[in-house]
Amino acid sequence: MPQILCKDVVLGYEGNAVVRHLNFEVNRGDYLCIVGENGSGKSTLIKALLHLKAPMSGTICMGDGLEADGIGYLPQQTVVQKDFPASVQEIVRSGCIGRYGWKPFYGKKEKELAAAHMERLGITHLSRRCYRELSGGQQQRVLLARALCATRYMLLLDEPVSGLDPAAVQEMYGLLAELNQKENITIIMVSHDVQAAVTYASHILHVSEEPRFFGTKEAYLESGVGRAYLSAAVPARTMRERVPAANAPEHHFDSKVRSGSCFTEAGGEQHV
Amino acid sequence: MFEIFRMYFSYPFVRYAFLAGILIALCSSLLGVSLVLKRFSFIGDGLSHVAFGAAAAATVLDVGNDTAVVLPVTVLAAILLLCTGQNTRLKGDAVIAMISVGALALGYLFLNLFSKSANLTGDVCSTLFGSTAILTLSRTDVWICVLLSVLVVCFFVIFYNRIFAVTFDETFAQAAGMKVERYHLLIAVVTASVIVLAMKLAGSLLISALIIFPALSAMRLFKSFLGVITASAVLSVLCAALGILLSILFSTPVGATIVCMDMAAFGLCSLAGMLFRR
Repeated sequence: MPQILCKDVVLGYEGNAVVRHLNFEVNRGDYLCIVGENGSGKSTLIKALLHLKAPMSGTICMGDGLEADGIGYLPQQTVVQKDFPASVQEIVRSGCIGRYGWKPFYGKKEKELAAAHMERLGITHLSRRCYRELSGGQQQRVLLARALCATRYMLLLDEPVSGLDPAAVQEMYGLLAELNQKENITIIMVSHDVQAAVTYASHILHVSEEPRFFGTKEAYLESGVGRAYLSAAVPARTMRERVPAANAPEHHFDSKVRSGSCFTEAGGEQHV
Repeated sequence: MFEIFRMYFSYPFVRYAFLAGILIALCSSLLGVSLVLKRFSFIGDGLSHVAFGAAAAATVLDVGNDTAVVLPVTVLAAILLLCTGQNTRLKGDAVIAMISVGALALGYLFLNLFSKSANLTGDVCSTLFGSTAILTLSRTDVWICVLLSVLVVCFFVIFYNRIFAVTFDETFAQAAGMKVERYHLLIAVVTASVIVLAMKLAGSLLISALIIFPALSAMRLFKSFLGVITASAVLSVLCAALGILLSILFSTPVGATIVCMDMAAFGLCSLAGMLFRR
């Protein structure tokens, strides 16, 4: 069973559908980029995947050990965070908030987990520093470490490189590719950066009213939607040179199907 | 000087006022950090005006204990303001401005139309600026203060990590499975209760100062959430104690004196913050 299976999903606000007939699946180890114009329903889709918003119709099923609150989410930065007095350590630890039940304080396990993720992302030396004094790239690393504390299987990133300088952008993409390939963490990323999407992703989901696309990166590059969208963003030749041959990660399918749950228009969750 | 203090503190009502003042300052400063960071600084102002309106209505209706009317009304207003703020298109600050001015006008109108009191201006003035009310606190009022402070402090200690998560990044907390609405509700209820109590100390026009100044001062100096919360509580308690003592010494209005102390502390902290950054 895939980690996420979207069947004929319709999303929208107050009765107005923004996205219709959305069908796609995400398997463990995939690197899915969600691209599309502004207002095409990308952020609504993210909310639906996180179970913060029920689809108007259709089902979103979670399986292969994944729960909606087990997705590590990296939201876009808010105004509040820009001058928030918090140390890096405090923020990374808050990633454990969903998993430690009713205890009032973080235990040894949560602290070690946070420390391990800070070490892996190379921000241990910053742990006592104030978040608002860090560079954009460092801030994203902090938020990535927090997201990793919340998940074992899947990261969901909303425009993770917007506002970063070019060097930090490359660093961020490098980190994500490494997490994806070495740790087999599924990555779903919403991005405006379609060049990077076709460079790093294994699958592309192009969201818009019509036409729509879901499939592997290679198929996207050949498809009409993909060509039109890419040529608008960058001349086709330079784009192809940027695509390394066959770097798509191998898929690891769990043969053992674990129980999953579905999110439907009724708003309730049913276990399957 | 010590003679004056000894004389004053031999009266139980002065001791009550001192204790209650410090506890109220502690509670409001704890709340303040998260309200200021969430850009809800004006919530205290808005709610205190609602509380003024409710208090006026209670006086007119001749209810024995006005807290019984003021508290529920303020809690309701707080829930309306804090819990619907995100979804509606009528944005937070406009709603707060509307409700607070409306309640203020209604309250004053009620008092003018129906009050039987001979000294109307004095009544209004003490509700707005809390000048004398702190000295008329009864033993029951002080017990309510103590109880509420214990509750607020426990709330903050037990939910500390969750309050941090919700304040720093609501969407992430929600995605991680937290019931964010419940925390908004809790914070709304606690804010309203603190404001109703603080009205007795500082009066409804000056309450916001107790909520925002300690938090803002602490933010000049400290860079971690824990540091800011702790410093804000300590500063607020110190300013309140100093303010009450000075108001006894120079017989100045209690609320205004405490707010002046808070302002002075903010100035000092800003200065110290600038010097340390260099």
